Amino acid sequence: MTEPAAPLLEVVELAKSFGGAQALAGVTFDVAPGEVHGLLGANGSGKSTLIKILAGYHTPDGGSVAVRGEDVALPLAPGLPRALGLNFVHQDLGLVPSLSVLENFLVDRIATSRRRWSMSWRRERTMMREILARYDLDLDPRMPVGDLRPVDRALLAVVRALDGPGTELRAAHRLVVLDEPTVFLPREEVTRLFQLVRRVADSGSSVLFVSHDLDEVREITDRVTVLRSGRVALTGTTSRLSEDELVEAIVGARVNTAVSYRRPDPAAADHVLRVTGLAAGLVADIDFTARPGEIIGLTGLLGSGYEDVVRAVAGAIDATAGRLRLGEETIELSSWTPRRATAHGVVLVPADRLREGAIADLPVTDNVTMPDLAEYMHGGLLRRGLMTDRARELADTYDVRPRDPRLLFGELSGGNQQKVVLAKWLQHPPQVLLLHEPTQGVDIGARQQIFATVRAAAAGRVVLCASSDHDQLAALCDRVLILRRGRIAAQISGDELTKSRITEECLRGGRERTPS
Amino acid sequence: MTPVDDLSTPVRRRGGGFGRYAEPLALPVVWVAIIVLFGVLKPASFLTVGNFSAMFSSQTSLLVIALALIVPLTAGDYDLSVASVAGLSAMVIAVLNVNLGVPIGWAVLVALLVSLLVGVVNAVLSIAVGVDTLIITLGMGTLLEGIVSWIGNSTTVSGISTDLVRFIVRAQFLGIPVEFWYGVVLCLILFYFMEYTPVGRRLLIVGRGREVARLTGIRVKLMRGGALVTSAGLGGVGGVLLAGTTGAADPTSAPLLLLPAFAAAFLGATTILPGRFSAWGCLLAVLFLVTGITGLQQLGAQTFVQDLFYGAALIVAVVLSHAVRARRSRS
Repeated sequence: MTEPAAPLLEVVELAKSFGGAQALAGVTFDVAPGEVHGLLGANGSGKSTLIKILAGYHTPDGGSVAVRGEDVALPLAPGLPRALGLNFVHQDLGLVPSLSVLENFLVDRIATSRRRWSMSWRRERTMMREILARYDLDLDPRMPVGDLRPVDRALLAVVRALDGPGTELRAAHRLVVLDEPTVFLPREEVTRLFQLVRRVADSGSSVLFVSHDLDEVREITDRVTVLRSGRVALTGTTSRLSEDELVEAIVGARVNTAVSYRRPDPAAADHVLRVTGLAAGLVADIDFTARPGEIIGLTGLLGSGYEDVVRAVAGAIDATAGRLRLGEETIELSSWTPRRATAHGVVLVPADRLREGAIADLPVTDNVTMPDLAEYMHGGLLRRGLMTDRARELADTYDVRPRDPRLLFGELSGGNQQKVVLAKWLQHPPQVLLLHEPTQGVDIGARQQIFATVRAAAAGRVVLCASSDHDQLAALCDRVLILRRGRIAAQISGDELTKSRITEECLRGGRERTPS
Repeated sequence: MTPVDDLSTPVRRRGGGFGRYAEPLALPVVWVAIIVLFGVLKPASFLTVGNFSAMFSSQTSLLVIALALIVPLTAGDYDLSVASVAGLSAMVIAVLNVNLGVPIGWAVLVALLVSLLVGVVNAVLSIAVGVDTLIITLGMGTLLEGIVSWIGNSTTVSGISTDLVRFIVRAQFLGIPVEFWYGVVLCLILFYFMEYTPVGRRLLIVGRGREVARLTGIRVKLMRGGALVTSAGLGGVGGVLLAGTTGAADPTSAPLLLLPAFAAAFLGATTILPGRFSAWGCLLAVLFLVTGITGLQQLGAQTFVQDLFYGAALIVAVVLSHAVRARRSRS
């Protein structure tokens, strides 16, 4: 960085509330030219509100925003952020996979150009090659984006934001907001994205790097701002901040010393479930055991793959490696299917109730009797009456309201839908109950009932609960496994099992630590 | 036996009232209304035993093809080759029996096996390999039309054994050719299968929520593949009826039944159990379509009225069942 110039972006006392809830309560920070600035904060800290104000989606209640020392009118008019040189790359990147690299690069011009009839592809291609060369990127403009590696897609999105059509006229120094760009990138490939980020900063433009990942923030940013409950909890030079200081700023609680994850003792005999070497989706090398009656939570940041563990144990996604030991039986997970899993009493209550859990336009009766239809066959006829009786019985047991099993599943409220899905699987007590975001979209009352149901179901059996709701995990689980980058990184149990502790462990970097 | 009422009103809709009863009854009421209308306009030709006997039985092969269609439709797949399978089946019977002198019983058996084989190919290509059933069966339908013209030398092959003709149209029961009663029996079997067997209910579950079915442990691929084999088999039966009705097989008429069969299947899904494909719904829809066309022709309409009627019925039926579905998922 050269002599102190006006900040590229300056945010002063920005405030915004939604129906009484204060999302931003006076946030002040700035981004210097040529700087990579980290923006950290837990869910609900006000991060996304801040970014949406910068992008012109929200109107702030108060405060000001200045770009290169000049105040801008708020809310930012459509198109103004881009004209000012503020560019956004969101997690989904906004690319069309079936179009080529060049077409994606030019998509804004193709969509809005006044010259409708002619386009010199050769000229555009040459221009794009020059831009790619400037960033030292090796991408074929003719390749479909769908065939690119994930990191190359991210690189393309960043380059497009910086040098895509229309940027020629803008100020030389621009700001790119990278909104959690690394969540779904493999660790090895993140380095390539960081090389590009460095190049951008070296050229005098700035990067606002929004992330949950402390390691990455510490690696790439010059300065960092932490938001908590709509306020700036901390701002400072990254290299002078310790990980503990950052975690404390995010969580807002006294930081405990870390515990490392102990591999399960293979000699432990009294478990009913043991998973060894599981690799599926985003996760690998997953080992854990569960004893009868245990409720084990699985969590982590978005992209850590915690949900893939339960989905692989259910057979819902294909595992590439791993073994499952259920009581006396050992099963290779690579040949595991939902059909085999359910036959073994391993059942999944999925997060997406309407697409995976039950069928919205069939009655409750059909949904709860689905797993064991053959039981209602007597004398060569499927007995509808018996099915309805069973459904009514289950509706009573699990307090599904309204108590008419002939209602369509889709007509029930979220909480009652979840009770139906639980009833579907708990009527014949399973060996292993797998839950994925079990109280998502469920009202408070039903939430308590579902907790009680799950606790009762755990008696003598095993419950695995994958959830991003740390409150829920603290309330429900005996033990919580924290995943980071597809590996189990920590385990919390006993008195340490609190919401803030879980959040804190999720945020910590992946480096090994010695227990103290 | 379990009250059928429990099935026909699977949903106790809030604020049910008139609409709840009007919906399933609309098609039967309109059918009776057009019978009365044509009866008044053309009492001499329309209101005769012979006319009704003909109306009931003449389109049994269409009914069977529509019944074949609702099996994969219930599982959420289209089978656009089913009418061509019927054409193939009829032509195989004709070529074997007339040209090669194979006994009629064997010819029918071979035709049915060939039809099932087509179903297996459809199933393997679309389900096991994973190509869209719509595309595979569309291609298969056209391919089969080519094969039928090829083996039949692009002409009508007539002179099929009268044993078959006797067995299918000459014999009568209650004044209606037995062909119609075969269709009714087939409806009964399919109704039993779809409503009163676990496999039939699983088929519905697969159609309504493929991912739910998979995660519940239902063998989704097997069910979908089985549905395609079943539809081809029933298409083959439709071909036997075609061959038996006319005593001949021609390369062009069977494929023309595809669109009317879809019209009947979707029209049938607006009645009995609105929103759901049903065997009795197909029967009712075929009778309605035949009655309408017969009446209009007796009033002097030209043959193109048939296309007008089938096409309009398909569009109206699909729009209606879409509206029914949309309203259901909103409520």
